[in-house]
Amino acid sequence: MAQTRLSLNDPVTRGLFYQALVIGGVVAVGWYLIHNTLTNLESRSIATGYSFLEREASFAIGETLIDYSPADSYGRALLVGLLNTLKVSAIGIALATVLGVVVGIARLSKNFLVARLASAYVEVVRNIPPLLQLFFWYALITEGMPAVRQALEPLPGVFLTQRGLWMPVPLADPAWKAMGVAFIAACFALWGVKRWAAARQARTGQPFPLFAAGAGLLAGVPFVVWLAYGAPTAMSVPELRGFNFVGGVNLSPEFFAILVGLTVYTSAFIAEVVRSGILAVNWGQTEASRALGLNNAQALRLVVLPQALRVIIPPVTSQYLNLTKNTSLALAIGYPDLVSIANTVINQTGQAIEGVAIIMGVYLSISLAISLFMNWYNKKIALVER
Amino acid sequence: MTAAASHIPAPAEKPPVASVGFIGWMRENLFSSWSNALLTVLIVWLLFKTIPPLVGWLFINAYGFDTSSRVCIADRSGACWAFVGEKFRFILYGTFPYDEHWRPLTTVLIFVGLLAASCSRRFWRPWFAGVWIVGLLAVGVLMWGGVFGLSRVENALWGGLPLTIMLSVVGLAVAFPLSVLLALGRRSNMPAIKAICVGYIELIRGVPLVSLLFMSSVMFPLFLPEGFTVDKLLRAQVAFILFAAAYQAEAIRGGLQAIPKGQYEAADALGLSYWQKMGKIILPQALTISIPPLVNTFIAFFKDTSLVIIIGLFDLLGTAKAALTDPNWRGFFLEAYLFIGLIYWFFCYSMSKYSQWLERSLHRGHAR
Amino acid sequence: MQTAARRLPEGNEIIRCIGVNKWYGEFHVLRNIDLNVARGERIVICGPSGSGKSTLIRCINRLEEHQKGHIVVDGIELTGNLKNIELVRRDVGMVFQHFNLFPHLTVLENCTLAPIWVRRQPKAEAEATAMKFLERVQIANQAKKYPGQLSGGQQQRVAIARSLCMNPKIMLFDEPTSALDPEMVKEVLDVMIGLADSGMTMLVVTHEMGFAKSVADRVIFMDRGEIVEQNTPQEFFTNPQSERTRLFLSQILSH
Repeated sequence: MAQTRLSLNDPVTRGLFYQALVIGGVVAVGWYLIHNTLTNLESRSIATGYSFLEREASFAIGETLIDYSPADSYGRALLVGLLNTLKVSAIGIALATVLGVVVGIARLSKNFLVARLASAYVEVVRNIPPLLQLFFWYALITEGMPAVRQALEPLPGVFLTQRGLWMPVPLADPAWKAMGVAFIAACFALWGVKRWAAARQARTGQPFPLFAAGAGLLAGVPFVVWLAYGAPTAMSVPELRGFNFVGGVNLSPEFFAILVGLTVYTSAFIAEVVRSGILAVNWGQTEASRALGLNNAQALRLVVLPQALRVIIPPVTSQYLNLTKNTSLALAIGYPDLVSIANTVINQTGQAIEGVAIIMGVYLSISLAISLFMNWYNKKIALVER
Repeated sequence: MTAAASHIPAPAEKPPVASVGFIGWMRENLFSSWSNALLTVLIVWLLFKTIPPLVGWLFINAYGFDTSSRVCIADRSGACWAFVGEKFRFILYGTFPYDEHWRPLTTVLIFVGLLAASCSRRFWRPWFAGVWIVGLLAVGVLMWGGVFGLSRVENALWGGLPLTIMLSVVGLAVAFPLSVLLALGRRSNMPAIKAICVGYIELIRGVPLVSLLFMSSVMFPLFLPEGFTVDKLLRAQVAFILFAAAYQAEAIRGGLQAIPKGQYEAADALGLSYWQKMGKIILPQALTISIPPLVNTFIAFFKDTSLVIIIGLFDLLGTAKAALTDPNWRGFFLEAYLFIGLIYWFFCYSMSKYSQWLERSLHRGHAR
Repeated sequence: MQTAARRLPEGNEIIRCIGVNKWYGEFHVLRNIDLNVARGERIVICGPSGSGKSTLIRCINRLEEHQKGHIVVDGIELTGNLKNIELVRRDVGMVFQHFNLFPHLTVLENCTLAPIWVRRQPKAEAEATAMKFLERVQIANQAKKYPGQLSGGQQQRVAIARSLCMNPKIMLFDEPTSALDPEMVKEVLDVMIGLADSGMTMLVVTHEMGFAKSVADRVIFMDRGEIVEQNTPQEFFTNPQSERTRLFLSQILSH
């Protein structure tokens, strides 16, 4: 026995041998690269470490969600970039989902024109590089739109210029905050109503018009609060003063291009996922529901959707991840996302390794967080089935 | 038997007019309900509003290839195809010496030929790898030159469509063996090897390609021993290979998972070693199933080559952008993007149609 | 057989089909079908595949639309009127060849879904009814399982119980045993025989001739979209009137 244990013909020994070989190889290559890097850094006298994050950044950033000035540190500049990345991702994911679901359902429409139009959209959009689409939208604004003084006004108070889009916004008022609170309260109330309605239906059999009640609750409660605060209607309307607009809110061409570009690109993929998810539910399921007397909406809500979602959610998650990763294309049009700010930081400080490590670390954490959440969600959904 | 015995079959009747033919088709597909009819009318109205101006801009009011730029700039009501006429060789071939443009053109044709031939299942044989190697060698000779009386062209001058195709095809080809190993490693039951492969694949898939290109441009120089430099193109190519390997490995893993357990057991029962089992039984089947997802990976990859513009290389998108900076031809971005958009679209669309067709035909093969 | 002699109340038709025609594109799938079904009557429809027998019963709860003629179910004519279609479907149960149970719901939830949402029954009541019918198809002990965990025969019995929970006046069976392994056919047929004994109006598309002989009041033979012959099972099997019927019977009974 002892003899065969040491022989390469023993599967266990052989496994250990191969693994040791591979680990040895990986370590050797890694050591070689690190050794070279350290030598190179020394000869170029670049200090390693993250202390540069506390130094003054001394560059300006066009769009920020938090207060930032060139006197702030590199660390804060990177934080501004991260928040911009998250902002584009979150809004993009929401819009791409809505657009993707609409297009995906449209592709299955009985209406020939609707189905054809939707499939043409998908085939065009997903076969053109996203970066080209981004450049297109960016050029459309910066070169295709008129100068500020000849701004287009498609709707009253909304201005389209080569420097982006201006829209009116309500003036600051305590009512907005209160309405936000009211909306959240309404969400909780709706959750309560939903539970009550389910219990009542179980008891008496009477269904509750939850959709109408929900819409009423979510819109009505904030509306009442708005009235209670004296129904403020004052708006900040953009106005041409000198060479630029004052007031209102401005969407920069960079933000517009990356948001529209990524939304359109990702929506085509989501549309395909939605379409195949719905097709994955056997037609017999719909027929059986109809034969039992359920109406169209009930068949969809109680039978088709719960099954389709199980197919749809995993690939949609990976599309969300793709969109988040694609926000890094912002670098090419100058939107100050994490990657483009890290790029500036690397150029100014020479801390290439740390800069790349920060980018990768942040994206890996986002990927990990989203996939953990989706794994949890998948399990929850799968539990309903088995 | 009584008279009732001989049942006379009723003759087949024509369906009501309203349910077949053109009218039936219209009723079924455009006006099946009130909401559908409304949608149809709305879409027809929208098409009516958008198509004529679009056609006007593209063709009727457009200026032909030999118009001067001043005429184009003065009247913007139509497309200026003169811009494309003036710039298309620069957009397609970049800064490659003008008189030698037949070389990148031949390169593109060789690549397209190889790709097209690879679509045929007749060529899914080991010897076809030899054809690929010969093709790639020919491409190298054509692009670099320096032999057979061809003038030498530094790869800093390469650009346009050949660069786009090269980055993706070479990246795919070199990454392929690596990705097979990664996929096998991920399915291995040796924990250390599995961990390394999973770690690599998930790391690469978790970060954006831009950050890998960044790494290639700012970190690779630090990795190499002193006095050793690698040019920008090769560094980008390495980044693409690392990137492609992870994504292809996932496509191949899908194929490996689809092979029934019985195949593994049968191979084991025959007494084959691990590499014999994989090389002769499992991989040939798994790779065939993997081809449609591999083609999809390639399409994504082909589109992603446009990102090299970020590290200062001039692929098809890069040359188009560079062409737009000519002060004599400012503002023709629609024409430029339409032109290269069509090229990208043609490649990606035909590949995706091929992948869909292949998937269906492989599926049929399985059903039998 | 005593079933053949059973007397049905006259002039009490629950289904009336008058000159029903249907086309799939250019293909004439139902040709001038005239069929009256009395309350409590048990009808077996047979015929070669593609003869339109499934299409006919699927027209009765309007899973398929007919283009000419009239179908009246329990006094309600089937037209484009969605309200009427839903009313008819509540009272007409259907059992499919491939069961079509809802895989994301338990057996019990499959049975209570429609009573709760369509009949608006309280949950407890719906569950009690469901358990009663699951008991009757002898599968009550599986109520908490999911359809994927059951055999084909068990799934089909659940599908029958699911339809019965709506308390239908008519049951349609579309080849209920065709997708089953041979050893499971009997358990499903037994349930159907039990149902017939309780006085349910049944229209059954099947090739199970033994079932037709012992249960049916009337056997209908369809070919190429029309009703070729209809008769009591006794007459139908011993003295078929038309050449096509004889050919069909010789093919189906030869093994």
